[in-house]
Amino acid sequence: MSTPLLQIEGLTRAFGGLVAVNRLSFSVQPGEIVGLLGPNGSGKTTALNLISGALVADSGSTLFRGHQLRGLPAHRIARLGVARTFQLVRVLDSMTCRENVEAGLAYHKGGAFGRAAHPRAEALLDRVGLGGKAHALADDLNYIDQKRLELARALALSPALLLLDEWLAGLNPTELLAGIDLVHSLRRDGMTVLLVEHVMDAVHSLCDRCVVMNAGQKIADGQTAKVLDDPEVVRAYLGEEDRGDEEARATAGAGHA
Amino acid sequence: MMRREWIALLAGLLVAAVMAVVPWFAGDYEVSFGINLLQFGVMATAWGLFSGPTRNVSLATVAFFGVGAYTVAVASDVLPWPVVLAIAFVIGMVLALVVGFATLRLSGVHFVIFTFGLAELVKQLVTWYEVNVTKTLGRYVFLDVTQHQIYLLLLALLVVVLLFGWFVRRTRLGLALRVIGADETVARHVGVNPAFAKQVLFAITSGFIALTGAIVAPRWTYLDPAIAFSPMISFEVVIMALLGGATRLLGPLAGVVPLVFLFELLSARFPNYFSILLGVTFLVIVYFLPNGVTGFVERVWSRFRSAATLNRGGGR
Repeated sequence: MSTPLLQIEGLTRAFGGLVAVNRLSFSVQPGEIVGLLGPNGSGKTTALNLISGALVADSGSTLFRGHQLRGLPAHRIARLGVARTFQLVRVLDSMTCRENVEAGLAYHKGGAFGRAAHPRAEALLDRVGLGGKAHALADDLNYIDQKRLELARALALSPALLLLDEWLAGLNPTELLAGIDLVHSLRRDGMTVLLVEHVMDAVHSLCDRCVVMNAGQKIADGQTAKVLDDPEVVRAYLGEEDRGDEEARATAGAGHA
Repeated sequence: MMRREWIALLAGLLVAAVMAVVPWFAGDYEVSFGINLLQFGVMATAWGLFSGPTRNVSLATVAFFGVGAYTVAVASDVLPWPVVLAIAFVIGMVLALVVGFATLRLSGVHFVIFTFGLAELVKQLVTWYEVNVTKTLGRYVFLDVTQHQIYLLLLALLVVVLLFGWFVRRTRLGLALRVIGADETVARHVGVNPAFAKQVLFAITSGFIALTGAIVAPRWTYLDPAIAFSPMISFEVVIMALLGGATRLLGPLAGVVPLVFLFELLSARFPNYFSILLGVTFLVIVYFLPNGVTGFVERVWSRFRSAATLNRGGGR
């Protein structure tokens, strides 16, 4: 196997007494689309935050193309080629769509600024299906279009690794198909994608491999179909007996896994 | 550059040229009033350049203003006036770098309180130094600088500050500050180093404010910490910039003009109630015009335009 693009070893982060991510280790090969799955509260988003530098890990290591990301501020990690979207969509409300994308183009090598950035930003808007909205305010977009805009901004960084946090959530069936196609097309361009996702159709269609977390720990890692049949994964998702999701999470949080 | 911008630039320079000629035809009172207008014009514009995009409300304005004035009081006996002005600018920048290092990681109300405290701290330090080291609280500034010269210097400084603001908006730094103001987390994740971007702009705009203090210092003749570091100045600058709208380059000026007139009127007619009326003005502005005059005009204008589009059967 070639050297992984991203190699995570023993990544740990606690909030007070709650260990949100607990000795997490996995790797992502170049060109792969890997799903990061798990029930609500299992630590997926925290894991993404640790990779992107939004949060700093208590211990462990995150190697990306030979760079140690742990301890680097988010802006350095972004410039190294890691871009992301957010679970709760974050667009720059007061700015136009084109300016939102230009913000992604301006601060890395191989980017562009000013007049040179306009056509590139517009091409990215086209790509995510926002052609013609260059001058609309981000605040005036509906939820789906804001998600598209956020993706265009992430793509503007020309990332080697793209982190998508539930980017396909909340799409209707037609939009979902278009969204899946879009992510497929990113891989064809040589991008590697790590995505947190609950929409199983998307996971089946997109992910070569899945890493499943529960209560901060990895409980499965392997081919998508195999992993989703794993009894422990099924148990983590559905809970034991007829407990509700909340109770299952409470148990999990208390160190059940 | 777009044609509209050229027209705005020419119009601005024309206004500046007219203002430069005015003192030859005006009396002492008018020139003095003009100095008031210009000094707050510079400070509110400089304040808006930093606080507008980053939304970090700074109450340290007077710390830089006072330091500039004191630089003159201390150094003008031994150094020529232009050198003293340059030193004031540099000291303002250095002070802002030190302050920024400590505060720019703070956000929201923490930043506001810290900057306010900082201005008081600087005032107390100067007071302590004067009482314990020089043994006199006040200083005299005897410089052969006329009101007319102060007026012209401030006008030139205002032009420089506006050109600087106009230029910054066209740079990566300007875009970075807007992104930071909109969402600092996003800024970090597109590769912006927020601390650095804020630091640079905070230092330069603070230098401009210190320079303002240095330019107007000869006006006072007598100077003590209570005059040079009056917190009222910080508040007035904030009120003016907010009234005008701090997110636009010319926004703060739209607040400076009416408020300098109003303060002049209030302090002449109701000197005993000045603070109360100032407070009421502040409340009214924040309550009724949260985006300032320019924001209000823009909203009305865009509503008018979208109504016109709808009437033509347009829309999306």
